[in-house]
Amino acid sequence: MSGNKKAFYFLLIPVLLWLVLLIIIPHIDLFISSFKVDGDSSSAFSLENYTIFFEEKIYWFTFLNTVLYAIGITLLAFVVTFPVAFYLTKVVDRKYASFLTLMLLIPLWVGELVTIYGWVIILGDHGVINESLKWLGIIDKPLPLLYNNFSMSIGLLYMSMLFMTIPVMTTLESLDDSLIEAASDLGASKFTIFRRIIIPHAMPGIVNGGIIVFMLVIGDYVAPNILGGKSNLWFTEQIYNQFLSTFNWNQGAAFGFLLLVISSAVIWMALKLSGQKLEKVGS
Amino acid sequence: MSSVLEIKDLNKNFGDFKALQDINLNVKEGEFVSVLGPSGCGKTTLLRVIAGFIEESSGSISIQKQPMKGISPENRPVNIVFQSLALFPMMNVFENVAFGLRRQGLKKDEISKKVLKMLKRVGLEGYEKKKINELSGGQKQRVAIARSLVMKPKILLLDEPLSALDRKLREYMKVELKDLQREVGTTFIYITHDQSEALVMSDRVAVMNKGKIEQLDTPVNLYTHPNTAFVAGFVGENNRFELANSDNNSITTKNGWKLNMPDLDFTPNVMFMRPEAFILEPTDDIKDINRFQATIKVVLFDGANTKMSVVVDSGDEILISLPQNAKFQNLKSGDRVDIGIAYNNIKCYKE
Repeated sequence: MSGNKKAFYFLLIPVLLWLVLLIIIPHIDLFISSFKVDGDSSSAFSLENYTIFFEEKIYWFTFLNTVLYAIGITLLAFVVTFPVAFYLTKVVDRKYASFLTLMLLIPLWVGELVTIYGWVIILGDHGVINESLKWLGIIDKPLPLLYNNFSMSIGLLYMSMLFMTIPVMTTLESLDDSLIEAASDLGASKFTIFRRIIIPHAMPGIVNGGIIVFMLVIGDYVAPNILGGKSNLWFTEQIYNQFLSTFNWNQGAAFGFLLLVISSAVIWMALKLSGQKLEKVGS
Repeated sequence: MSSVLEIKDLNKNFGDFKALQDINLNVKEGEFVSVLGPSGCGKTTLLRVIAGFIEESSGSISIQKQPMKGISPENRPVNIVFQSLALFPMMNVFENVAFGLRRQGLKKDEISKKVLKMLKRVGLEGYEKKKINELSGGQKQRVAIARSLVMKPKILLLDEPLSALDRKLREYMKVELKDLQREVGTTFIYITHDQSEALVMSDRVAVMNKGKIEQLDTPVNLYTHPNTAFVAGFVGENNRFELANSDNNSITTKNGWKLNMPDLDFTPNVMFMRPEAFILEPTDDIKDINRFQATIKVVLFDGANTKMSVVVDSGDEILISLPQNAKFQNLKSGDRVDIGIAYNNIKCYKE
């Protein structure tokens, strides 16, 4: 075996260990246990866990609600972060761009839990917003900003939008400014330049960021749990309940698997609609 | 012919840096004018001011008598061929060329007719559906030119469009670009640092240095009668010598090489002699020349461009073109040769 070959196998081992031990085996285990019935020690396969999902309205309604909210928050993340990404890469002086990008990253350093509690402080009945509005005399009673879909969406958006900003910034950085100038020179308005030149160029980054944001949001537990309140429906909470409240691990496994299937389906559709290839987006 | 572009006393400052100083330039309709200068001389700034991407600090630009002040790039009757070409990679050849026409809101079949006609003119018939990254360098070049020309601009601004091509293709495109310009009759303003491109293609050349136009002239005049030492040194190959002193009748280099130079009415400190201006083994009947002997240091064979480096007795070294005829074939290093240079081929300047 030549030295090159040795190095190849040596470097392959960690990759294989990672894939097999941390990804493939757990998923197979999840898949198998989702077809077993809780309390039934016989190893017979059953579809019961899945039929329950479709029969109980609360389950599939929560599931649908989660998927739609995740898609909505992903789109919102694009709308909110694209101007920021454009400003940081194309408008602001390069001297300040890296500093400003660093500032954007600071919320990530304290972790999701802390930032989510930060939103509790901001949005609560005695929070910054309500107290300010009261002080200004605009409202008498505090607005119900917390423990509903609104606060949950803000929390999910806030913790995930950076993962849209960074890939979009990367693609925008590679956009040659002269393309914008050329379009302008040929008589294109700002809107046309945005729609025909900038967006198509940034598409791989947008889809890449969109996939990450969607996955983070649909699989998040902290923000829906803390900011969402009691009446709020998020599918990860159902999975949590199956595993840790009712201890029906097989049911939980089936739910987990359904979440995996729908995430993959949505991402596949997003790739098809945007005309992107997974290899291109992933790189 | 009426002038299509008039630039008057144009200045552009970036902070303390004077990028353009007192630029005056009139370009006639259908003219091919090059702006030639080393990098950082302000030529690209000039182009961007004309196109409207940079606002001038003072002075005025008029295109067909219309003052351009405050008019944005998309509303100026000029188009640019960018140095990077700036073709839209997300569109095919047809869409690239049609981009500007679509912005004008023309009818579909009219756009299609114009685009196909223009593609045919630049020799890209049948390439409509090709993607930009499937084209060769020369083909990309043509798409970029077609994309601008199809807009029928009053002036086409070209920003070193040939610099990305390899040498052979560049030589070819030079001729083709000149032909194309003659055919369509559009005014071309061509920015370049390559003096050969400027000399071959242009009707007139503006040589720029440090934000100023040093000389605006025909290629022949520029080459044979440079106004300033910078132009003499920048345009074409030249032997440059710093002068130690001079009087009415002679000049002396720093190494002490003395040459006759009658009727000098100023005190020059630098002089230039073109490699092809020297006469090898001048016969006795030639008048008004300096005669001297020199030793051949090395012969640099390059086909028709063959040159030799010779050293005169003072130690000054000169580069001399070596005509490729049988008479001088046997010259080799170490030979002594008689050389002459006419007075009027010695260009003296005060820097």
